Amino acid sequence: MAQVNQGVRETVYPQAAQPLYRTLSQIAISAVTPIAAVLVALACGAALLWLNGFNGSDIVTVMIFGSFQDMRSVGEILLKATPLILIGAGLCVAFRCSIWNIGAEGQLYVGAIAATLVGTNFDGLSVWVHAPLVMLAGALAGAAWAGIAGYLKVRFQASEIVTTIMLNYIALILTSYLVTGPMRDASAAYPQSARLIREAWTPRIVSDMRLHIGILVAIVLAVALYIFLQRSSRGFALRVVGLNPHAARYAGMQVARNVMIAMCISGAMAGLAGAFEVAGVTHRLYQNISPGYGFEGIAVALLAGNNPLAAIVSGGLFATLRSGSEVLQITSQVPQVLVLVIQGIVILSVVAFAKLRDILRIVA
Amino acid sequence: MSQKPFLRIDNIRKRFGPIIASDGVSLEIEEGEIHSLLGENGAGKSVLMSMICGMVRPDEGEIVFKGQSVRFNSPREAIRQRIGMVHQHFMLVPNLTVAENYILGQGSALRVINDMDKVHARIRELSDRYALDVRPDAIIEDLSVGEQQRVEILKVLFHGIDLLILDEPTAVLTPQETDRLLSLMGDLVKDGKTVVFISHKLDEVMRVSNRISVMRDGRVVHTVNVGETNARELARMMVGRDVRMELPRSPEPPGRIVLSVENMTCRAETGLPAVRRVSLDVRAGEIVGIAGVSGNGQTELSLALAGLLPVDSGRVMLNGKDITGLDPARINASSFSHIPEDRHKHGIVVSMSLSENTVLQRYDQKPFASRGMLNRRVIGEHTRDLIKRFRVKSRDENQAIGALSGGNQQKLVVARELARNPDFILVNQLARGIDIGAMEFVMEEMLKQRDSGRAILLISTELEELFAICDRILVMFHGEILGDLPPDRTRLDELGLLMAGQTEQPALAG
Repeated sequence: MAQVNQGVRETVYPQAAQPLYRTLSQIAISAVTPIAAVLVALACGAALLWLNGFNGSDIVTVMIFGSFQDMRSVGEILLKATPLILIGAGLCVAFRCSIWNIGAEGQLYVGAIAATLVGTNFDGLSVWVHAPLVMLAGALAGAAWAGIAGYLKVRFQASEIVTTIMLNYIALILTSYLVTGPMRDASAAYPQSARLIREAWTPRIVSDMRLHIGILVAIVLAVALYIFLQRSSRGFALRVVGLNPHAARYAGMQVARNVMIAMCISGAMAGLAGAFEVAGVTHRLYQNISPGYGFEGIAVALLAGNNPLAAIVSGGLFATLRSGSEVLQITSQVPQVLVLVIQGIVILSVVAFAKLRDILRIVA
Repeated sequence: MSQKPFLRIDNIRKRFGPIIASDGVSLEIEEGEIHSLLGENGAGKSVLMSMICGMVRPDEGEIVFKGQSVRFNSPREAIRQRIGMVHQHFMLVPNLTVAENYILGQGSALRVINDMDKVHARIRELSDRYALDVRPDAIIEDLSVGEQQRVEILKVLFHGIDLLILDEPTAVLTPQETDRLLSLMGDLVKDGKTVVFISHKLDEVMRVSNRISVMRDGRVVHTVNVGETNARELARMMVGRDVRMELPRSPEPPGRIVLSVENMTCRAETGLPAVRRVSLDVRAGEIVGIAGVSGNGQTELSLALAGLLPVDSGRVMLNGKDITGLDPARINASSFSHIPEDRHKHGIVVSMSLSENTVLQRYDQKPFASRGMLNRRVIGEHTRDLIKRFRVKSRDENQAIGALSGGNQQKLVVARELARNPDFILVNQLARGIDIGAMEFVMEEMLKQRDSGRAILLISTELEELFAICDRILVMFHGEILGDLPPDRTRLDELGLLMAGQTEQPALAG
């Protein structure tokens, strides 16, 4: 709505309610850039394959559509998307608070350990109690593991980048120790824990598919974190701390407390992802339960522009590419190294486009 | 004096965006003299010298050194012509030794490293000659500030110079170190070098200089021989200018004491003492100004009052309640508003919207939040109201505050702080970096606040600002409050003397 000038000295600018239009344009920018990033990356990948004597044009069709053959393969993509969305959305919160949590992988493992402990014990509970209890255990363990790095940061100013990476190693080695030692299933040839009790398993969505309700939990939590960041007082404080800690202190915010909260939220999400891997997919704890979801989650958050809502889409995209690269290996004899290179190009392109998007946002 | 000056600066101009740093400066330096450049902050002293030593390139004008027109693209080219500068902020690599710092960027590193013994020997020789006490193998970060400065001076001497420029070298020194530096300057001149000494401390300038040039607003306004002037005259030249505004004084006498500071002492983030036993009172309906050249403890005083810097000793009372050492959240909640010195660092979050910036302190309080969630409708209405009342030029309340001009950002900060209904308002640099219109507006707003019974402490390096609205002016020098004056223009030179650290009139030949 236009407004007449009210004062003589200065123009009163129209104060029309534009938020909807502006929100939509922001969402459009958020949605278009990841897709453009992937397309550019795939084009580079196609060129790379062509130079190596493969049929380059196949790459797009195989990597994107190759994994959408039937409901079952879609289910497998969603299964891979579950930990990526959980971790990505959680890391969005940490990154918005300028906490560089690189330790989601370790937090995932610790979550998986806790889930296994709860899931292999407490026989006789109903599924309504046991399955949620397993998830809770995973989330709490992940939060606590991240909390260590958070505490070291606020108490001793230790860089969380270093401490979270180091805690990753501790968590991985701890897992190895547990499945080869105290938690080992003595009857199995391969180092693994005992099987989780049936009631502790994460319920499946369709009984003959591996896909479990974790994907729904992931989506709900991503939406909840979005609302938390954008609409709650605490989320506001987290964002101020992330953007300008000096102003946060000036305004009376407790920087240390907000750092701990951001750290623990991202840790809880990663821990929950670990719980779902054990309780929803493998039903046992293994040494290599995660193929690097914790690290890929960083790229998911980055591609989502640290927006948990967009992490649902970018998590799905990364899961699709992951499935697609598996199909690519099987169907076209493309060596695995080349597939890894293409994945690398995707991530680089994502970073570049994320920067581009920030520029576009300012212009828009 | 010789026919051809040693260094001649002719009509130099330099702009940084809208800011004119040098507005046609002309200056002549004679060989073998100590020439002081005197002026307030922002008068253009450092920029001018940076152009002579190749750090900054002038837009217009000419620099003639030893009879030749020169134009340096880098400090290294200036060094080659034997001009060296010691900057206010040291340019040393903290984890390298003195000798390693000296050979950085000097030709082939490998060859130099082979000659390291010679480098050490030469450093020792120079150090002995000028009694600088610099060990070539000392690591920079282990040295005190005074020692680091001697390392910087020796570095310039090491490279071989005829003209040495010292940019506010005494600002970081103790009185003893200062004495030592001043006598070193004399020794250098005896050795045939020429020294340009930038300072705003009158007594030092009077002690060592042969000639003094006073700069104001990007120009040299006067060059005098030291015997033909006195501190009082210099002070007037330094600060003297037309006060553009005279706003009405308070009609009412001030009321009860709102803020009382007793013997407060605190240190800067570097650990050095910054505020020394400061006591002051601010009453309701009164604007108390603190004048002073920046870096004399004003920043630390305001941060400590706001709870952002620990108070070492002393007390701060607000409305009779002890608020010393409370965290900023509690201080904010005690009717305390703060318009900070560094708007971008403390005052606002540039990438956040105007709405978000208006609730920076009250984001979790009613009516802006309920049950942990932001009440966006109320926040939006409140922000629109402030935008309108303070005439903040913006698209709408959802625009990022960083997109506004400095003046409009400051208006929003002022609006936010006043809307919190404070009894006491701490203002550090009310009008820094904003246009005249906005300045006038925020000053009038401050007067309205005063007339409605609020107590205001206004810290500023801009005398105009202080003269325009203060009811009395305190002068801060070297962490101490030196004087308490009415904002009377006839006592401007007295103010200037206090700002330069002179508590009594020096008896100097006129």
